[in-house]
Amino acid sequence: MEAILHGVQGYMYPNELELQWSILIVLYPFITGLVAGAFILASLERVFKVEAVKPTYRLALLTALAFLIVAPLPLQMHLGHPERAFEMFLTPHTTSAMAMFGFVYLWYLMAVLVVEIWLEYRKDIVLAWRGSRGARRLFYGILALGSDNISPRALAIDEKVGKAVTIVGIPSAFLLHGYVGFIFGSVKANPWWSSPLMPVVFLFSAMVSGIALVLLMYVFFSWLRRTAVDMLCLDTVAKYLLYAFLIDFSLEMLDLVHRIYEADESFRALDFMVHTRLYVSQIVIQIYIGTLVPLGLLALTQFARFGEKARKGIYTFAACLTLVGIFAMRWNVVIGGQLFSKSFLGYTTYKMGFATREGLLPAIVLMILPFVLLWGLLKLLPPWEKEGAAEVQPLA
Amino acid sequence: MAVDRRIFLQETGKFLILTGVASVAFEHVLAGTAEAAENYHLTDHWWAMAIDIDKCIGCGGCVRACKAENHVPLEPFYFRTWVERYHVKPEDMEHPEVDSPDGGYDGFPERYAQGDGTKNFFVPKLCNHCAHSPCVQVCPVGATFESPDGVVLVDKSYCLGCRYCVQACPYGCRFIDPRTNTVDKCTLCYHRITKGLTTACCEVCPMGARRLGDLKDPKDPIHAFLRDHKIQVLKPQMATGAKVYYNDLDGSVR
Repeated sequence: MEAILHGVQGYMYPNELELQWSILIVLYPFITGLVAGAFILASLERVFKVEAVKPTYRLALLTALAFLIVAPLPLQMHLGHPERAFEMFLTPHTTSAMAMFGFVYLWYLMAVLVVEIWLEYRKDIVLAWRGSRGARRLFYGILALGSDNISPRALAIDEKVGKAVTIVGIPSAFLLHGYVGFIFGSVKANPWWSSPLMPVVFLFSAMVSGIALVLLMYVFFSWLRRTAVDMLCLDTVAKYLLYAFLIDFSLEMLDLVHRIYEADESFRALDFMVHTRLYVSQIVIQIYIGTLVPLGLLALTQFARFGEKARKGIYTFAACLTLVGIFAMRWNVVIGGQLFSKSFLGYTTYKMGFATREGLLPAIVLMILPFVLLWGLLKLLPPWEKEGAAEVQPLA
Repeated sequence: MAVDRRIFLQETGKFLILTGVASVAFEHVLAGTAEAAENYHLTDHWWAMAIDIDKCIGCGGCVRACKAENHVPLEPFYFRTWVERYHVKPEDMEHPEVDSPDGGYDGFPERYAQGDGTKNFFVPKLCNHCAHSPCVQVCPVGATFESPDGVVLVDKSYCLGCRYCVQACPYGCRFIDPRTNTVDKCTLCYHRITKGLTTACCEVCPMGARRLGDLKDPKDPIHAFLRDHKIQVLKPQMATGAKVYYNDLDGSVR
């Protein structure tokens, strides 16, 4: 703690020296953003009939689920009293933006994502149930909820209900992440956060990060399984990434230009911060490396003609940079919003621990965890078409 | 005796409903009643504080008294009240130089020469016990609340330690107590004022710069203070309904 005093410049209110929200709270909007973005990509195929992205549909849903399961963990670990977290469900304070998180989260997890995945996989689950023995059989039997009706009529009903769930799911995904933006955007005490644009910016950056993640997952698993990448699909996903990114970037620039032009009482302090303590993470990483470069690359593929291999390389590289850029954006919002004093007269420093409860190590573990979960989900519910699908067919 | 289905369901239903009611009632009993002082009626009071900037000499007595009375951690990151020193140059009023070494706990070392054309003064700060508290608004479980007598309090047995209220307070009045991992703040010495005493900081102030006031008591001198002086609250643009009223608050104060 004493070290913090050396990182202070100007005047901070004495209680402000220590940062309240750590890297774990950076992960929270980052992870929920990935969930919302992946789901919205998945719904493109289902609701808007963008057939080209079909190869990523199931993968996107499972990615969303894997990340959604991890989403509340950083919050939980950050609480001073994690054992009291359940009180948020029992006695939610209705005026609190944060109190609704549990409900929005549960709604999204249980009423949208799990139901949609189950309906989508029901046929596969029933087939796996019929075609396996022992513990595996029991497991898939439970997953199928004991119903093995996969007649064409039943599947048609599944399809219909699934579509309805997706239609409910799109506003739910918007709600999930727009809501996360509102948690920050509604803090009037903090001019770095307080903005009605915040939920919208969060939403579009969520779509950007989710699409980039699913693109990467698709390329990675195609490489791992030595199957050919469907280039039409990849081109389409990259195109949507570009569109979402353009909107996201325009909104962020609108916010920036608005702040610079209005130059209210907080401007001098925030401007100084962006040019000093946040320069690398905001200007260099977020705007140049994480936004302008991938935007330029994606735009280039729209105008210039590249071979398949080159396009694949460019998309992958751009998607990686995009994820870095969106992570930097979350960092700059959460950490940046706490580096300056609410007196606008001084700045503090964020000292991140390593193997502490809110340090870098748990953050890394929490970032790896969804990939482990995804691997497990892919084993249980393979999203790709089976090569021998035709032989399984007669059982149905 | 054979138990038929109807009776079984009825009895089970009664059992379930009654145990639910009983457990709620029992929890109520366990929670006990709030510690109340004799003859103290919550609705008869509306607490506020009046601070006279011109009288504050920056001795730090209030900071020390508060830490001692309320067992506030002594490290220089935790304050229920603190004192700031402002050094304002007339040509740059908007950007004052401010310091508060250890919150003013040991007073202030001499730093500015007299008569150099600058404006120097002290500003004691504490929770503003806002009538429309942003901190109360954001608490996800209602662990922090506005009491009917106008004091913003925290139920430490219920606080999650999510720190949202710390972010929401525009005045920097809240901190996380490292011993309990829950939020802590000025209670306006609630344990004292409900027994007819004043707060620790007001009690020790040698200049009478801080005065507790009860806005519902027509005989309280705070009414005259508010009437006879030029009064301002901190950050009025935040519209928090702050109830710490400053006399002669300079426009440069944040």
